[in-house]
Amino acid sequence: MRTVLKLATLLILATAAGLAHSADNRRHFDRDAGHYVEVSVADPYLELRTGPGRGYPVFRVIARGERVEILFRRTDWFKVRDEHDTEGWANVGNMRETLLASGAKLPLEDLSHRDFDNQPWELGALSGNFGGGNVNTAYLGYSLNENLSTEFAVSQTLGHASNSTMLTLGLTHSPRPDWRVAPFLDLGTGVVRIQPKATIIAPPDRTQQIAFYGAGAKWYLTRRFILRADYRHYVIFTKLDSNEDRNEWKAGFAFFF
Amino acid sequence: MESRIRVLFLIACALALSGCSLWPFHHRKHAEEPVPVEATAADGAAPAVVDPTVRRRKIKTPHIKQSNFEIGPYVGTFSVEDFGVNPVYGARLDYHISEDFFAEALLGRTNAGLTSYERLSGGAQLLTNSQRVLTYYELAFGYNLFPGEIFIGHRSFNSSLYVTGGFGGTHFAGDDRFTLGVGAGYRLLLNNWLAAHVDVRDHIFDIDLLGSNKTTHNLETNLGVTVFF
Repeated sequence: MRTVLKLATLLILATAAGLAHSADNRRHFDRDAGHYVEVSVADPYLELRTGPGRGYPVFRVIARGERVEILFRRTDWFKVRDEHDTEGWANVGNMRETLLASGAKLPLEDLSHRDFDNQPWELGALSGNFGGGNVNTAYLGYSLNENLSTEFAVSQTLGHASNSTMLTLGLTHSPRPDWRVAPFLDLGTGVVRIQPKATIIAPPDRTQQIAFYGAGAKWYLTRRFILRADYRHYVIFTKLDSNEDRNEWKAGFAFFF
Repeated sequence: MESRIRVLFLIACALALSGCSLWPFHHRKHAEEPVPVEATAADGAAPAVVDPTVRRRKIKTPHIKQSNFEIGPYVGTFSVEDFGVNPVYGARLDYHISEDFFAEALLGRTNAGLTSYERLSGGAQLLTNSQRVLTYYELAFGYNLFPGEIFIGHRSFNSSLYVTGGFGGTHFAGDDRFTLGVGAGYRLLLNNWLAAHVDVRDHIFDIDLLGSNKTTHNLETNLGVTVFF
């Protein structure tokens, strides 16, 4: 317990150091020229909020024609600095109406649809039932085009009689990626390592090849955020006369980037 | 035989699926290339008064730094039901999806103590030392319930009270156990890239160590720092 106290003290010290650091973090607008992307306001005005959220108050309004530096972006908010060294948060909708030095609009993605060319990756976590046991899955997907994507998944099944770890690689086909609830079919193969629990007379661990097909749907709930549910039918290729079948149902969340 | 038919069926499905992707199910937006004005003028029979040598301007997409990930360690206490309260160490990785939602992956480790039974009975040991090591992982989804600002002196800092819910696995007493996790926490952003966290989390899993299967609630309280990148 003493080490916890020591470490907690260390964390608090780091926090204090961070506070001290943040005090002299301001740098001059022109001194950083070239380091950050600079844009000029093309809307009648650009609102700066105190935080990256719709509830934070607007504390400054930048007039049309004035320049701001974009320090970084977090979700749909941009931390910007104006010519008077004031820093604040501007929304992506506002920033779309700003101009680069070349006179072109700041190129930002369309929020209404997923742009599969610029946001091909998808990362998600699902949980559900695999052949009677609980299953946790994490997956990484990569879109080849709007309809086809590949998915690599790692699953851990925690059952009463055995635990298993599964690695799968699949191909997912989504006929209507533009729908808000987009159905998909998938197909793939992988390996499963089944570890029987020690309480039963323990047969050795087995690693076997599997293949699966399935169907599901992705619900594009808000920008970048997906709720997903799917069903898969697995065939485990055993060394015995007949193969084993497993059904899997799972649901979870994912996001793309 | 049966498996061979299945394999054939799977191959047929694979071919059908890849074929489907070519099918125009949706309206692809083919961006039509605008006809360059200079080109048509040059092709015309009339001699150009001014010969425009307009070069296509290279448009460089500006690179704006993204800062949506958050990573950092935490330390605290973990109460394993029946096994006492002990220090816990862990690490988290968060991805901020929007101003409201974030995804979180957690990895932690603690050592369980002795049960009251083990203390009172003298020598009886329910678990070996290695079985007392508890490790867990959790994949969670968080919601910034009350985003806001706090004021320290004349300075202000952004903060958020958030709730999380997720699932994962706990390795304890020689077995992996499916675990549900619910929690609440407070994030204080010290500057653009550093944040401090206070978290309380309940790890719910079934354990059958003492004869019958029972659901246990294992509470964790911790302090952490994270770096945004």
